[in-house]
Amino acid sequence: MKKTIITVVGKDTVGIIARVCTYLADNRINILDISQTIVQGFFNMMMIVDTNLTDKDFGVIVDELNALGKEIGVDIKCQKEEIFDQMHRI
Amino acid sequence: MINLFEVAETNEMIAKENLDVRTITLGISLLDCIDGDLKKVNEQVYEKITKTAKDLVKTGETIEKEFGIPIVNKRISVTPMALVGGAASRSSEDFETLAKTMDRAAQAVGVNLIGGYSALVSKGMTKADEMLIRSIPRALHATKRVCSSVNLASTKTGINMDAVRLMGDIIKETATISKDQDSADCMKLVVFCNAPDDNPFMAGAFHGVTEADAVINVGVSGPGVVKTALQKVRGEDFEVLCETIKKTAFKVTRVGQLVAQEASRMLGIPFGIVDLSLAPTPAIGDSVADILCEIGLEYAGAPGTTAALALLNDQVKKGGVMASSYVGGLSGAFIPVSEDQGMIDAVAAGALTLEKLEAMTCVCSVGLDMLAVPGDIPNTTIAGIIADEMAIGMVNQKTTAVRLIPAIGKAVGEKVEFGGLFGYAPVMPVNGFSCEAFVNRGGRIPAPIHSFKN
Repeated sequence: MKKTIITVVGKDTVGIIARVCTYLADNRINILDISQTIVQGFFNMMMIVDTNLTDKDFGVIVDELNALGKEIGVDIKCQKEEIFDQMHRI
Repeated sequence: MINLFEVAETNEMIAKENLDVRTITLGISLLDCIDGDLKKVNEQVYEKITKTAKDLVKTGETIEKEFGIPIVNKRISVTPMALVGGAASRSSEDFETLAKTMDRAAQAVGVNLIGGYSALVSKGMTKADEMLIRSIPRALHATKRVCSSVNLASTKTGINMDAVRLMGDIIKETATISKDQDSADCMKLVVFCNAPDDNPFMAGAFHGVTEADAVINVGVSGPGVVKTALQKVRGEDFEVLCETIKKTAFKVTRVGQLVAQEASRMLGIPFGIVDLSLAPTPAIGDSVADILCEIGLEYAGAPGTTAALALLNDQVKKGGVMASSYVGGLSGAFIPVSEDQGMIDAVAAGALTLEKLEAMTCVCSVGLDMLAVPGDIPNTTIAGIIADEMAIGMVNQKTTAVRLIPAIGKAVGEKVEFGGLFGYAPVMPVNGFSCEAFVNRGGRIPAPIHSFKN
């Protein structure tokens, strides 16, 4: 199964995780793992998700998450896992 | 499993340090388009290019989205046109029709540049080669996307001095015909020694005759990433310095390998090579000269520059080689002047001269690239500069190139503006003593003794 990494970076505020998770649930994207820290007031979250069940194109999800990020005031990226695997694993 | 810090590191590289894939270049063989009838060749060339490359741009954009990595250029390289059009062309004008066809095909599939308006003449010129070379100034001026290259020398064959001398005229003519655009046509023309068949970078990309029908070559970049990594090891010894460059080059190249494999899979076209290059852009922080400064030089061009560049070039290769299954092209650190803000600053400060640049080309990946010289220098002087660079490539068994911009109507200290990725270049002084009697001798310089390895 090919996994996808969603990262959320920005100023901490109420409800970031809730908003992102609602979007994912609405689009049948399953969350496999979440890690999150706050560094100097900055919210930093990474989710590993499975997009196999969703009907939407990958490019559409990327754009919609981007737009959602703008709404909340954070930066949301959605990338296939391979780019990180390739770069950090031999 | 991938952790938060690794993900953050990759995304920082992309967002803040200008990590990108500089180009996906689709090489297309046009050998099957050869015909005695010019009209037919033109039709077949157009059809082959537009058919093979129809999904190239779309595929590049899909990959950009999936991995969140910018792919700056999608380009095409084709079989050297002197071979493709040789049987059908009776004049330079005939060859120009092929340049226009390449341009139309490139526009139709949405790529910004197409390379391969080229001739390989390292030992001698056929009539077709010479007609193509003589058509270059008008062909480049009549088209927007076509890039031209001429291989003038190789370690195995020596230097074709007749062709070198001719290119002195052609480069000047190319500058003159586009003098109203700051001689910008010269950006699309490069001459080589030991030109590689699989180079994905323009203006020198062409699809060699030893290549398959179609192939995907990828050029990576990332000077900003290397510079940022080196900022963290200031004051450390050379071992630490070299290890840091190697590790960074590995990471950058892995991204290129991934993109190349994905593009190959999606297009159903075999993967050729990854070109491990540090290719700068005029963007602040995306500079090879800045890396040299971070290594410890006040400006690129200061004493120590050649040594610093040699180690940089070598470590980039050592780190990159393991990251990709096939490495090729030019692979190393590019040192263009106009495309690198740090190099422009070094020239403006008086730290970097043409002679020092020439020394640097002995250890960098290519050669004298994107530098402006006064427009009134003799054609024989241009040929002399080319001959010097060809000799460096021939003797050192490496690729060298010359992409000069004789700035017509401009003098030392003025500048030429190209815009976008090409940047601007200050006009540099050239040694004023003559080499006319030397370059006018005619014939060729024999291959060096160490080329006889059989």
